[in-house]
Amino acid sequence: MAEASYPDDLKYHEEHDWARVEGEQATFGVTWYAQDALGEVVFFDPPEIGAHVTKDQSYAEVESVKAVSDVFAPLSGEVVAVNEILAESPEKINEDPYGEGWLVRVKLSDPSELDSLLDADAYERLLEVGA
Amino acid sequence: MASAPDTLGRTPLFDRHERAGARLVPFAGWEMPVQYEGIRQEHVAVRTDAGMFDVSHMGQIETAGPEAEALLQRLLSNDVTRIAERGAQYSMLCREDGGVLDDLFTYRLGPDRFLTVTNAAGHERDLAWFKQHAEGFDAEVRDAHADWAMLAVQGPNARAALERLADGALPPRMRTAEVAISGVPCLVAGTGYTGEDGCELLIPPDRAGAVWDALLAEGVRPAGLGARDTLRLEVCFHLYGNDLSEDRDPIEAGLGWCCKLETGFIGAGALAGLEPDEKLVPFAFTGPGIPRQGNVVKTEHGDGVVTSGSLSPCLETGIGLAYVPVAAGAPGTPIEVDVRGKRRPAEVRQKPLYAPSQKPAAVKEKR
Repeated sequence: MAEASYPDDLKYHEEHDWARVEGEQATFGVTWYAQDALGEVVFFDPPEIGAHVTKDQSYAEVESVKAVSDVFAPLSGEVVAVNEILAESPEKINEDPYGEGWLVRVKLSDPSELDSLLDADAYERLLEVGA
Repeated sequence: MASAPDTLGRTPLFDRHERAGARLVPFAGWEMPVQYEGIRQEHVAVRTDAGMFDVSHMGQIETAGPEAEALLQRLLSNDVTRIAERGAQYSMLCREDGGVLDDLFTYRLGPDRFLTVTNAAGHERDLAWFKQHAEGFDAEVRDAHADWAMLAVQGPNARAALERLADGALPPRMRTAEVAISGVPCLVAGTGYTGEDGCELLIPPDRAGAVWDALLAEGVRPAGLGARDTLRLEVCFHLYGNDLSEDRDPIEAGLGWCCKLETGFIGAGALAGLEPDEKLVPFAFTGPGIPRQGNVVKTEHGDGVVTSGSLSPCLETGIGLAYVPVAAGAPGTPIEVDVRGKRRPAEVRQKPLYAPSQKPAAVKEKR
């Protein structure tokens, strides 16, 4: 995806991760900014299904040719699915970070954590200040 | 072009990098392009077509005078007397104890005149070392870094692109020639760091931009330091600071072939009869993961350490160079690499890990 975009229906974490909340579950991924900063993703090392992830803590790694980056959980919960496509095609994280490039699906353990996440406008302001 | 400690140097091609959309990063005191469109695309362009790398951060030392050859024979590990006029040679610069100060290419420009190319991080130290040991020799050592911009043009179509711009014949491999490229007088060397055919151009700094523009118009793609690193690693060329250091000697690094002990170079005495416990070997992962510098290697004969690691864009697997116990160094030996707590299965391989002559059947365009 060549152009930066930050969809309005997502919640954002300041470590450049997003969550799409659907009922008791949420899908996680990394933002356009994160994939652009990393460059072409060549390896995604997913967590195990059933693993517990904790908000603000690293739960997986994405690697470009040159660098390794931690991926941080925007919310806490239990991993119920990982994106199997990424084992063969990790570049989906670059091409479609909010769609086919999703990373994991999590059953949330504390929905009240949602209040601390940023909406798209607030996240974009953070990028303007920090980046 | 020397840079103060807290400011980054910029090469004469800096504006070209910005224009080409480079991602610029600090490297050995210089602000250098790590990538333009992407490391994998640039890597594949060099393996299948032609790419160009600005390597103007690398230094040059000119050694001239009646005893220039004798001085270099004392400093450099290879037999300098065997460099023909217009020839090129690879060698180590060693301390008395055999530790490696730098790895260098030396060109003989005339009977008594040599140009030695240094790594950016080691240039000042190398220059001081050359000057310190020049005492007593009838030879002048001069910092020539400001005289040259340097552009490596590499890939199966690199020579053809250069030939369309050249006013004379390009030098064969490991030779040099003075050739005008797009009207700019250059010192052209048939050398490189990618395993592909190609040349390295030494260009007057104020005219480097014109040569860059002409090559760009011929379809040569800008390539950054990221691709330079993955290309050299696939063909198992050493990188100083990773695979070579003052704490390692050339024998364990597998570079005994360029250490001619009978020449009596500085360090030769320490290397004579040396039987190292470890050796540098190439390896490839047999499963998922990417090795990185500093990862511990587990073998049946003890631990080793990864000194260079990356994903290989051509082999599409994790590859690297590691120092391992000699007994674990035979090609085919299974090893494991501890990548941030995960044991990744790997295998010692022969060099090169990727042979450019095989043509990249494994190269697949991903986008």
